[in-house]
Amino acid sequence: MQINNRIPARLAVAAAAAALSFAAAAADISGAGATFPYPIYAKWADAYKKLTGVGLNYQSIGSGGGIKQIKAKTVTFGASDMPLKPDDLKASGLLQFPMIIGGVVPVVNVQGIQGGQLHLDGATVASIYMGDITQWNDPKIKSLNPKLTLPNTAIAPVYRSDGSGTNFLFSDFLSKASPKFLSSIGANTSVQWPTGIGAKGNEGVANMTTQTDGAIGYVEYAYAKQNKMAYTLLTNKAGAAVAPSAESFQAAAANADWVHADSYYLILTDQAGAKSWPITGASFILLYKQPTDSAPVNEALKFFSWAYQDGASMAAELDYVPLPAALIAQVKKTWVSEITSGGHPVWSGK
Amino acid sequence: MENSGSETDTVAIIDPRHAAKQLIYERIFRAATLSAAILVLLILGGVALSLLRGAWPAVSHFGFSFVTREIWNPVTDQFGALAAIYGTVVTSLIAMLLAVPAGFGIALFLTELCPPLLKRPIGVAVELLAAVPSIIFGIWGLFVLAPVLQRHVQPWLIGHLGHLTLLGSLFKGPPFGIGVLTAGVVLAIMVLPFIAAIMRDVFDTVPPMLKESGYGLGATTWEVMWNVVVPHSRVGMVGGIMLGLGRALGETMAVTFVIGNAHRISSSLLAPGTTISSAIANEFTEAVGDLYTSSLIALGLLLFLITFTVIAAAQAMLRRLERRGFAV
Amino acid sequence: MTRRTLRKAKNGIFLALSLVATALGLACLAAILWTLLSHGLAGMSGHLFTQMTPPPGSQGGLLNAIYGSAVMTLLGILIGSPIGVLAGTYLAEYGRDSRLSTVIRFINDVLLSAPSIIIGLFVYEIVVVHMGHFSAIAGALALSILAIPVTLRTTEDMLNLVPIGMKDSSAALGAYPWRTTLSVLYPAARSGIVTGLLLAVARISGETAPLLFTALNNQFWSTQLNAPMANLPVVIFQFALSPYKNWQDLAWAGALIITVTILVLSISARVILALLQAERGSGR
Repeated sequence: MQINNRIPARLAVAAAAAALSFAAAAADISGAGATFPYPIYAKWADAYKKLTGVGLNYQSIGSGGGIKQIKAKTVTFGASDMPLKPDDLKASGLLQFPMIIGGVVPVVNVQGIQGGQLHLDGATVASIYMGDITQWNDPKIKSLNPKLTLPNTAIAPVYRSDGSGTNFLFSDFLSKASPKFLSSIGANTSVQWPTGIGAKGNEGVANMTTQTDGAIGYVEYAYAKQNKMAYTLLTNKAGAAVAPSAESFQAAAANADWVHADSYYLILTDQAGAKSWPITGASFILLYKQPTDSAPVNEALKFFSWAYQDGASMAAELDYVPLPAALIAQVKKTWVSEITSGGHPVWSGK
Repeated sequence: MENSGSETDTVAIIDPRHAAKQLIYERIFRAATLSAAILVLLILGGVALSLLRGAWPAVSHFGFSFVTREIWNPVTDQFGALAAIYGTVVTSLIAMLLAVPAGFGIALFLTELCPPLLKRPIGVAVELLAAVPSIIFGIWGLFVLAPVLQRHVQPWLIGHLGHLTLLGSLFKGPPFGIGVLTAGVVLAIMVLPFIAAIMRDVFDTVPPMLKESGYGLGATTWEVMWNVVVPHSRVGMVGGIMLGLGRALGETMAVTFVIGNAHRISSSLLAPGTTISSAIANEFTEAVGDLYTSSLIALGLLLFLITFTVIAAAQAMLRRLERRGFAV
Repeated sequence: MTRRTLRKAKNGIFLALSLVATALGLACLAAILWTLLSHGLAGMSGHLFTQMTPPPGSQGGLLNAIYGSAVMTLLGILIGSPIGVLAGTYLAEYGRDSRLSTVIRFINDVLLSAPSIIIGLFVYEIVVVHMGHFSAIAGALALSILAIPVTLRTTEDMLNLVPIGMKDSSAALGAYPWRTTLSVLYPAARSGIVTGLLLAVARISGETAPLLFTALNNQFWSTQLNAPMANLPVVIFQFALSPYKNWQDLAWAGALIITVTILVLSISARVILALLQAERGSGR
């Protein structure tokens, strides 16, 4: 006797088999990591796919995630705003190089305050995040903003709940500005914030800050710009109040000595210069020096090379700072000499 | 009917080759079903084992102090589960405090008050609430409930209750909108349909004779409910409540959106916190370092132990009820 | 105040409270569905079913996510429901009241209510780490583990509902249990088992946590099973928590799609069960 509910099952299996494949498709590059550069990586990926048909599947799960995934070899490249130390790189066989430069910007959601109006300095922000300053009309904030009327609202600090390079840059800046912050909290991709709300990714912090009255958060500038958030001015090392912009990020990066940086390990926070933005940072790419599967790595390098060249204008639109030409040349030389397979460079370009 | 020894009459049925094939098929089928059934056991065992294995580095490193410390510092590699356990327990408790009376009320309404025509649709509507995926509750909680709580409910709570001596400490702090209380409320809404459905089913199994006897003696509806139905359904009710508790303890997505992700214990319900499942959901893919990852898996192991205990106890109670002859 | 009035007042209060509770419950459902509808419909557009998930700020759709969810749910059911059905058959036909069966039923009920994130962790440990990367197949496996308890429970219950006379007649004709099950019991319990499948699909298609560390996500179209695959719940998770309006709109639209699908499945399952019970009630 035929069991006629086997037929639908058979059809379903056949349909499924037809719709699926186990074979490798046209080389899609996979990457994961920092949310800091995600807006520009997403734009680049879109344009590159239209141009070449090669897709970049980038999961913005935070620098911590990027480091973890590349170490676990589940992605072609990792992305992190916190550069790995040279010993760590050597131990894991990884190579890192800077891809793009941007700035981390404090953003606030306070009634009556627009973008670029509020002025803070490192010590004040550190006190806010340590829970020492709890109201917006605190005298310390008032003294920096004599002309602003600040409401009597509670401050809701928003921080990154995931492992984040943006978090590293921000906490590094605060550590340099406040010795108390350095000793009690420190600088890392994930720190123990004593107060406030945690949100995932630059996206989450931007979202949470916009949703919560009286909130202060820290995001990469593209997020603040794209979502028209109220960013603040900061006092830099030279003592000047500076606004975030491509110029101030570039000013901070101008004095960076990349040539002598071992494995490109360079932190750009709190740089000298009257126009420098104090929370500037480079976002890095992590690749294996001797990849087991060199085809996707070659595709990735071709993408990065294209991005350096043709992606610069797109980056500038989002107020990221493209790398200077000399640095790009230096990075490409590193690709040729360090990323090899069987003695030959993996990258097919020059 | 004479069943003589004449073999020619019955040869078609007892052809030995046919019979042997049938027996082989039987053995195969039986083995297949048995293996599938054993697989269920193996899955649970596998889950427990893999959790134990993954959690071992953290457990051996921190020992029992893992469960008693609040610190959660990925920089210094110091981890303690206390904040997550606290958050899990408190949010579930709030959910139960809100959902149990409400579920009881709904079950009471459906079994005693509801006009028969409306019974089915309302019952279905309540059960449909259970079908809504938890992520929907999460985004609804973040975008709709949290702003309402931040602007209206929480300032009221802080203003009117915050200054009381004991109770006040529960309602201190700036109104963030999200936090432990919000997560508890969202969980309550999630768990409500389960509790209501189980209680309704249990109430439905009370023999009408018992209720009629009560009415016959002149008892009001509520008196019959409280003095006849509830004592009769005690075991089922407790089982249903514990099942709901098990659900609330393990819920991830509804809570992750509105809990605030802060590994801190605060006496105030309005403060952000964390639960075991939201900590894992938020941090697992980015945890760098063996001890960090292992601590998260250890959290998962704790959750597994807690929910296993609660759900097992609940199922034991419900089965006792079933075996007594009442379907649940 | 006589005792009678007191009792009546108490009665009135509690009954009124129960009415309030029901109204609250229904109001919550209405509020959630209303939010879903208003935000979700606003996010709907023709592109939803024709374009892929876009980068922030650009127009796009949810095609890859819908496809991914459909594929992984289908695979999850294909893998999980045979196991569930077979195991349920064992419990109903062979094991019955044996010690082993009691334990299995118990364990199954525990798995039924277990936190799905634990299952995700489990599959991560045994599949993703060994394969070396996230994949749709890992996601499907996690979903299949969630589908097993539902199908097992419904299958066992439905098989037990088949009138014992049918089983006995078949046995009297000389059929082995396997033959009885395949030729008599499954057809008789067919609608019930299908209901179990529908409930399982409804259960797993909304799950996010198990997919977070197994299938991950993919912003492009992908049909590869051993690569990360987009799926609706994780896309909703990512997009809803972002500050980009176009992403949030897509998140709501995706949420609406999932909820409508699950509600339709749940209602269908209910309707089938009701029809089944009506059939039985009329004495077939």
